[in-house]
Amino acid sequence: MWTAILLGCAGCYLLKLAGLSVPSRVLERPVVARIADLMPVALLSALVGVQVLSAGQALVLDARAAGLGFAVVALLLRAPFLVVVFGAALTAALLRLVV
Amino acid sequence: MSEEQVAPTAESRRAIVRDSLAVGLATGAYGVSFGAVSVAAGLSVLQTCALSLLMFTGASQFALVGVVAAGGAPLSGTVTALLLGTRNTLYGLRMAPLLQLNGVRRVAAAHLLIDESTAMSVNRQTRSEARLGFVATGLSVLVLWNAATLAGAVAGNALGDPRRYGLDAAVGGAFLALLWPRLQDRRNRVVGVLAVAVALGMVPVTAAGVPVLAAAGVALLAGVLLSRRPSPGGGG
Repeated sequence: MWTAILLGCAGCYLLKLAGLSVPSRVLERPVVARIADLMPVALLSALVGVQVLSAGQALVLDARAAGLGFAVVALLLRAPFLVVVFGAALTAALLRLVV
Repeated sequence: MSEEQVAPTAESRRAIVRDSLAVGLATGAYGVSFGAVSVAAGLSVLQTCALSLLMFTGASQFALVGVVAAGGAPLSGTVTALLLGTRNTLYGLRMAPLLQLNGVRRVAAAHLLIDESTAMSVNRQTRSEARLGFVATGLSVLVLWNAATLAGAVAGNALGDPRRYGLDAAVGGAFLALLWPRLQDRRNRVVGVLAVAVALGMVPVTAAGVPVLAAAGVALLAGVLLSRRPSPGGGG
């Protein structure tokens, strides 16, 4: 675990430093810019899906999906980040108490 | 830059510092949820704090612990975090000509290069205001984000089984909230839906951690295909 953490930290720092140091024309090619722009969208979407709908190698629908449902409604209502996150947790926790 | 730099007034400097602190407070609050989510994923308090101090880029940190929480190998969490960290490289490209830093100052400034410090710096009128906005925001987020991470991690640890409090559901909510502003754009929504489909399709047939990385392929493919414009005489 520590190896993964420290490698990640070093890598993320170097990515930041590279941005401040590399001549911009190298990375400002349209294809690169577009891929870099879409990367967070794809990764975060996939993380939402995997995080909520999978358990190990299985796809499951459980209290976490209800938590995500709460998050969607809260975001549509422009609720603050903490309300979204802890509201999702509370929804799942309450559902587990009841069911 | 050859034109004369107008020194910012004391009043405008105060306003920049005040705004920077406000951004630091708002962002720091996310740190509580990162700390709680990270220990819920099985990281120790020390590992959680190391991430906030040394990685210091929220989405990448959430991604690393998210992959681990889903049972993935820590190193596939690292790769996901790095892919998300490329965003900061693009910020750097934009900030470099604005800040004009060299040597030790550039090495130090790089650590503070995040969404918030970039946002609070790019629109300034003068270089000295841009630098002040960047450093003040970067430092206030750094301090408050780390303090909040520690608080969240300690509290999360004291709570015991994270599932009892639904903290496993909080992770999905956090990712969705981070993603939400980008979903206003239709192209992004399509990429997002495809990424979820690819990732979920991979879940039963690959090791944990791989499905999220496979979704990076959607961004690659979409980036390449979308940039292809019909040009006169150009094929393919």
